[in-house]
Amino acid sequence: MSQTADSVLDQMEHEHSHHGPRKGPLRWLLTVNHKDVGTMYMVLALVALLVGGVMALLIRAELFQPGLQLTQPQFFNSLTTMHGLTMIFLAIMPGLTGLANWMVPLQVGADDMYWPRVNNWAFWMLPPAAIMLWIGFFMPQGAPGGGWTLYAPLSSTYAPPSIDWVIMAIHIMGISSILGALNIILTILKMRAKGMRLWDMPLFTWTWLITGFLLLLAMPTLAIAVTMLLTDRHLGTAFFDATNGGDPVLFQHIFWFFGHPEVYIMILPAFGIVSEIVPAFSRKPLFGRTSMIWAVIAITFLSAIVWAHHMFTVGLPVEAQVLFMYTTMLIAIPTGIKIFNWVATMWRGSMTFEAPMLWALAFIFLFTIGGFSGLMLADVPADYQYHDTYFVVAHLHYVVVTGSLFAIIAGVYYWLPKWTGHMYNSALAKWHFWLSVISVNVTFFPMHFAGLAGMPRRIPDYPLQFMDFNMISTVGSFVFGFSQLLFIWLIIQSVRGGKKAGDRPWDGAKGLEWTLPSPPPYHTFTEPPSPQTVREEGPHGYH
Amino acid sequence: MMWKKLLLVPITLITAAQAAAQEEPSAFNMTRGVTEISRDAFDMHMLLFWICVAIGVGVFGVMTWSLIRHRRSRGAKASKFSENTTVEVVWTIIPVLILVGVAVPATAVLMKTNEPAPEPDVVVDVHGSQWKWEYVYPDEDISFVSNLASGSRDASQMNAKENPADNPNYLLDVDNPLVVPTGKDVRLRITSDDVIHAWWVPQLGFKRDAVPGQFNNADIRIDEPGTYRGQCAELCGSGHAYMPVVVEAVTPEEYDKWVAQKQEAAAKEAKQASAPYNFEVAMKQGKNVYDSACASCHQANGKGVPGTFPALEGGEITTGPVDGHLKIVIHGSEKNPVMQAYGDKLSDREIAAVVTYERNAWSNDTGDLVTPEAVEAAR
Repeated sequence: MSQTADSVLDQMEHEHSHHGPRKGPLRWLLTVNHKDVGTMYMVLALVALLVGGVMALLIRAELFQPGLQLTQPQFFNSLTTMHGLTMIFLAIMPGLTGLANWMVPLQVGADDMYWPRVNNWAFWMLPPAAIMLWIGFFMPQGAPGGGWTLYAPLSSTYAPPSIDWVIMAIHIMGISSILGALNIILTILKMRAKGMRLWDMPLFTWTWLITGFLLLLAMPTLAIAVTMLLTDRHLGTAFFDATNGGDPVLFQHIFWFFGHPEVYIMILPAFGIVSEIVPAFSRKPLFGRTSMIWAVIAITFLSAIVWAHHMFTVGLPVEAQVLFMYTTMLIAIPTGIKIFNWVATMWRGSMTFEAPMLWALAFIFLFTIGGFSGLMLADVPADYQYHDTYFVVAHLHYVVVTGSLFAIIAGVYYWLPKWTGHMYNSALAKWHFWLSVISVNVTFFPMHFAGLAGMPRRIPDYPLQFMDFNMISTVGSFVFGFSQLLFIWLIIQSVRGGKKAGDRPWDGAKGLEWTLPSPPPYHTFTEPPSPQTVREEGPHGYH
Repeated sequence: MMWKKLLLVPITLITAAQAAAQEEPSAFNMTRGVTEISRDAFDMHMLLFWICVAIGVGVFGVMTWSLIRHRRSRGAKASKFSENTTVEVVWTIIPVLILVGVAVPATAVLMKTNEPAPEPDVVVDVHGSQWKWEYVYPDEDISFVSNLASGSRDASQMNAKENPADNPNYLLDVDNPLVVPTGKDVRLRITSDDVIHAWWVPQLGFKRDAVPGQFNNADIRIDEPGTYRGQCAELCGSGHAYMPVVVEAVTPEEYDKWVAQKQEAAAKEAKQASAPYNFEVAMKQGKNVYDSACASCHQANGKGVPGTFPALEGGEITTGPVDGHLKIVIHGSEKNPVMQAYGDKLSDREIAAVVTYERNAWSNDTGDLVTPEAVEAAR
């Protein structure tokens, strides 16, 4: 009797856990499935990339030649502000979170995220936040123009009304990030398959675990900063209002205590992606796996104690400048270790150059260039000259575009066959790569020169001597922007059909995700992977 | 031997560029500048640059070698190694040593750069303001506003008839430059009246933020006479691109002459300000006030900037009731925070004069004479 009941229950359970997705649009609104949520994050990130990209192209078009041709200065400032906020909070961060939603459960052998319902919520906060952010363009006096850094008092006393909407949008995006981070941390810590020790986890999962903790530190700090802006604007406080005893520099301290970890939130998972791809296409285990993980931990720790290097010109005491210079320089060491380890992974490998590998290699080259300019910026006496010039614009775009964004694209090309079950057109993907990698350098490399020659950032119009560099940058930016349409086309093609991918489309790829069919069924790992599979797909399985 | 010759080409080019950079600002590199601070910054910059080049050649060299030699298409077989403690320790220690090598000179330069001059010969208070600089010489009793020169201003408008290219110092020219003597210690005490700006002249070697509520000192000593140009370097609103910094370094004799001239002019202005108040005097004084306080947004021709700063020529404010006009000048605009309240910054008479000017200048022809008493009543 009891045996029969058990088997009936078993069968019910079986049927329940294998039911497919809901039909129609409600599937996407109500879904708690990590793959659906991951897909939605990725789509949002792509949309935001286009919106923020159009803003960037307007900026570059205005800067094509001296004088004003397209935008009034206030609108130009709104564009730079919104471009930054959109790319950071709606393109890069959701892009990385989307990858985490898709891949973390698959990599640790879990059947879903720890809090599936919260996962749905965390995502659905973002579209309204995006609307709140962008709606400023249609409000009287336009969108805020104080830069993505929102420095007071320009963003408190002197801002248009739309700044309140931006502050609320930031709050919502912050809550979404915190919930997402908690969910990822718990999934990793509580739902790993039996036999997967923490130190055996794939690097992408590792970097996201650490990023999760960094998000828990950083996002509340941002919330504090913008709440203080809001109370200064509406409740009569004077945190940042010097005429009433406040201090505008206080805002910068709080903001950058968030803002510096934020740049590592955008780059650590990128390190993880590259650490998956380089071994796969070198057909060798990742070199120095343990030191890679320790390097990420060291970077995370250092990222929290270097914030004032964004503020070397605000009049800090010289002792503070020295201290922040030292801590900032220290970051070069763990970052260097990571670069060296990737290179050592390739050394005496058996390399092939499919699309994901090409993007990962471009990441290593170009992110290193961004690292070099970062080292230069750390040097305070030289930074007095670099600060707030196009040299900084060049640096941060080498880090965020050819760093974070390139890694996300590499990740998509790496895992897309798994998601859709179809290979993409690899010849077209190579066109996308070469067009992008050439044009991105045409866009951002001349900015180093413009900055060194003295061009301040965030200006709608510039002295004549900067004209040539700006023309080159603008041409590059348009090629880069339109090249991304190829990316979208390739994704659509792969979703619709094409050559079957097979379970493991890349012969060197390792990890539990490759033990699943492509595309993976709607519910995976309802039965956890066997300890033997975990062992074989783990880092020691190569031997 | 061929490769050695090839290597010489870029080195020669770079050395030549560096030599040229010492004379005047280069298009490709940081300017070496005209102060000790700027030359130190330049040297630090070049040191770091060469270190980065060296590391880059090493890392990218090994990587490129791997890409070429260790590819499967050439039949490369993957080896299995994934660890080598010795190598990892070595490549941790070498960067540490390099960083120490950078940090030591950087700290020395930083200390020197921040060392205040014991007894400055000239003190200037620099006030950043949306979107102009005000220079106050407390010891000489001189103060003046430095606005973007009108040539640049006209050419910078959308659909301007003037071409930016016809202005050799487009966006880098002002009506009243900061004048300092050469060979003397000059202390700039930099602050702001509204938002954060940054005072920056590349050839002087640093930028300092102008922060409301605090003075940031910057000591400069310029050895060679000349005109040195820079721009505001902190996003400060819609006029951010339009507040250049121009410093004229002149010999001490010329400087004394300039001080005397400025003081004379100030005395004349003071006399004008205490002359009996009538329409003609008001228009004259009003134009001075307008040019220093209002022109950077509303333009010297009163046409404003469409969509951002309302036109004063033929505008509602300047041709409508006087009360409304006074109110917005004294108390600022409720709708647009960028329009400041000038009640605290200008005297009754100055406000009366500028409002009179605005109501009668250009094609405005209201015939109104606003008196200081009317301003007092409107406060």
